[in-house]
Amino acid sequence: MPNAMPNTTPAAADASALLRRVPIDYLPLLILPLLALLALPLVGSFPTWVTLTIAGLAMGMMIFIMASGLTLIFGLMDVLNFGHGAFVSIGAFTATLVLLPMKDWVQADSLLLNLLALGLAVLLAMTVTGLLGWAFERIIIRPVYGLHLKQILITMGGMIVAEQMIHVIWGVEQIPLPMPETFRGVLIVGDAAVEKYRLIAVGIGLAVFAIMFLVLNRTKIGLLIRAGVENGEMVEALGYRIRRLFVGVFIAGSALAGLGGVLWGLYKETLTAAIGSETTVLVFIVIIIGGLGSVGGCFIGALLVALVTNYAGFLAPKVALVSNILLMVAILLWRPQGLYSVAKR
Amino acid sequence: MLAKLFSGDFPRSRVLAALLLVILFSLACAPFLTTGARMLNVAATICIFIVLAASYDLLLGYTGIVSFAHTMFYGIGAYGVGLALNSIAANWWAVFAGVIAALLLSLALALVIGLFSLRVKAIFFAMITLAVASAFAVLASQLSDFTGGEDGRSFTVPEILHPDFRLFDAEVFGRVIDGKLITYYLVFCSALVLFLLMLRIVNSPFGRVLQAIRENDFRAEALGYRTAIYRTIGNCLAALIATLAGALMTLWLRYVGPATFLSFEVMTDVLLIVVIGGMGTLYGAVIGATLLILAQNYLHALMGQTSAALSGIPWLSMLFHPDRWLLWLGVLFVLSVYFFPSGIVGRLRRSARPA
Amino acid sequence: MSEALLTLKGVHTHIGQYHILQGIDLVVPKNGLMVLLGRNGAGKTTTLRTIMGLWHASQGTVNFAGRDITHSATPDISCAGIAYVPENMGIFADLTVRENLFLAARNVKKAGEMDTARLEWIFGFFPALRKFWGQPAGTLSGGQKQMLAIARAIVEPRKLLLVDEPTKGLAPAIVRSLIDAFLELKTTETTILLVEQNFNFVKSLGDSVAVIDDGRMVHTGTMAELSGDMDLQQKLLGLALEHQY
Repeated sequence: MPNAMPNTTPAAADASALLRRVPIDYLPLLILPLLALLALPLVGSFPTWVTLTIAGLAMGMMIFIMASGLTLIFGLMDVLNFGHGAFVSIGAFTATLVLLPMKDWVQADSLLLNLLALGLAVLLAMTVTGLLGWAFERIIIRPVYGLHLKQILITMGGMIVAEQMIHVIWGVEQIPLPMPETFRGVLIVGDAAVEKYRLIAVGIGLAVFAIMFLVLNRTKIGLLIRAGVENGEMVEALGYRIRRLFVGVFIAGSALAGLGGVLWGLYKETLTAAIGSETTVLVFIVIIIGGLGSVGGCFIGALLVALVTNYAGFLAPKVALVSNILLMVAILLWRPQGLYSVAKR
Repeated sequence: MLAKLFSGDFPRSRVLAALLLVILFSLACAPFLTTGARMLNVAATICIFIVLAASYDLLLGYTGIVSFAHTMFYGIGAYGVGLALNSIAANWWAVFAGVIAALLLSLALALVIGLFSLRVKAIFFAMITLAVASAFAVLASQLSDFTGGEDGRSFTVPEILHPDFRLFDAEVFGRVIDGKLITYYLVFCSALVLFLLMLRIVNSPFGRVLQAIRENDFRAEALGYRTAIYRTIGNCLAALIATLAGALMTLWLRYVGPATFLSFEVMTDVLLIVVIGGMGTLYGAVIGATLLILAQNYLHALMGQTSAALSGIPWLSMLFHPDRWLLWLGVLFVLSVYFFPSGIVGRLRRSARPA
Repeated sequence: MSEALLTLKGVHTHIGQYHILQGIDLVVPKNGLMVLLGRNGAGKTTTLRTIMGLWHASQGTVNFAGRDITHSATPDISCAGIAYVPENMGIFADLTVRENLFLAARNVKKAGEMDTARLEWIFGFFPALRKFWGQPAGTLSGGQKQMLAIARAIVEPRKLLLVDEPTKGLAPAIVRSLIDAFLELKTTETTILLVEQNFNFVKSLGDSVAVIDDGRMVHTGTMAELSGDMDLQQKLLGLALEHQY
């Protein structure tokens, strides 16, 4: 971004850089509005289309929050955490520790108290999953760097143990996760009915994306992460410890999964220990579609998957069962490395 | 003769050989050692899981690829036979047609998945198979007109396999030779043949190439082997055998449904069996399957007692609650990936060969 | 000859089951440019990677500026003052030229705080970098990438520069600008260890030369000696470089 760079280079350099700006790969960005436009005549009714689209965007944002950490963890260290879903479950269950005792604030008809309760729940969930992520990286992942087979097995095993531990701690019954009072109900916009909570989920998702985007593009740490995804060895040769970077990303990714778990849990309203492993498949499809290691691809992939699911669910419920797979196949036929492939080594 | 039967791949450990003999003997004589229907059910389940897990070992242990679609093939076999018996007639033609259709479908799917994703990293394959398998499970439970949905379908088996069928009027060794017993021996013998067949496969030149690829695919490629093709063939073979295992299971249960055949729990069980038993040994599947199925059926009681004894301490008693047996197997699984990656069989073999 | 900056003693390096370096002895004198010659697969790149800690020596020692770095981690070696330009250049294609240089400037917290004078000095011999300042490095040409890779290595002063085959696949005009850059660098306090196959490129640049074959040192001496002695050239370069011509 030339304008963010004062004094270092003559203005002429900036101008020519602006003139010769390289075309960014916009094609994947175009799919989303195209898909939405294509769905409009098929759905027929505009209000229904609005409802479906908002629902899809909300779902997509939640999946993005869960998946973004995973794709970065993979990109940076070539580690695929099959137990990522465990952090989603743990995040959701941890939120109950705040939201259930704080019934008064949750049920109060005050946006401020509701937000405070939710904020506290999110804070606790992210702290717990972040800390667990740190421990998970140290104990489970570190001994199996570079060994894909063992990574898959061991993180699967970690997932099984984590789910069982949730049973031990919280019991085997479903637990309700109460939605704060002011988040309930629908907003009527024109003829379209939009659930308030979905708008909130979209808002939080956009905020997370914006923060990630800024961190990855404007801070040294973010640039190092992006550089590390591309060529970790070179980052080390420049004098930075990529392990430390990775631990940080792992913690952040786990905490994001925890946040995603809270949002997803509120959306589902009841929790089971398998809530995380149920989303694992969606999350995997999203990061494959997006291109392993690409945050932007992950964002578009998540929205794409969610929109297609929602439109297909309305138009042809039977097709919706496999729409994700069909979407994945279509994308991979078009771009075998996913929407945005990360140049590797 | 024996060497030919085992394809020259012996247990290579006295303890292991003894264990295998005990398991073989118990399974072979199960109907005569016990009268309980539950025990016989356990024995049949062990037979089938040995085949299922060993076929998974073909992939995981011998080819080094992780698939989460193995239960999908198992389910295809089950649904193929089950739906054929349900919709055609309760005869052998239906069984035959069901098996053939299931094998063809499995082969086609395994080929497509393999060619689509085996060229790239192991991790990619694992994710894709997970996605495909879960979509298949959802389809099976949602297309209820065809599959019976979540409830699945019960059906009548060919007469000779029916529990009411009597081969002789008299008892043999104190046991009525009924349809259930015949089915058991059908399961047992098929499992034995399939297992020996797999031993043959992994010890054939083809099996050796697979192992070479697992060790160093770059080098195998340099030696002129088309690794993607070999992996795809390995994937197809494993899928076909899993399909047959599913067909056997459905004949035994006279029922087919998503929870029994397609759920992720089955996949977890198979993973636990192969890893704890010992990857890349095939015999590991025998030991692992026996252990896991016995644990599933009998560990409950033991854990129940422990839990009761600890009932004063809230969390600890929960830890030993009979339903938490998977927790302990999960811990065992993680530990065995770290500390003895070649599993029980590898352990036994190492102690049999003092350094 | 001045004191030694980098010393390799009896270094053996294994990569997997392959025994690549079989006892390398190398002394890189402080200041000046040393050229490491040898044919493909002789172990030149492995030598650089072993110095950098990207492979670890199974035997022998690597000593840099009075410090044993044999078992140090790559980031520590880098911080000790060694910069590395790998054969594939190791450019971060997704990042802009500016961001690439910013990451290489380890002590700079914000991109805007990079040393302007030093940047101008670099632009002096690599003007293309100024031109493409805000562009993703992946869009540069091969020669421009090589310039960026070298610029990255010198954006802050370093004691030793390891450069792996910078002229590979580059047009003659660009090779000439690289020669200018290295000549300019030689006037600074930086020591350079340059791996090359292109003898004509390094003939005018090198002060000393080492020839490696089959994982062993087969010759060390001054460049003047080697370029003056046709017989020695024939013997060593026939051995080392015959396939080049």
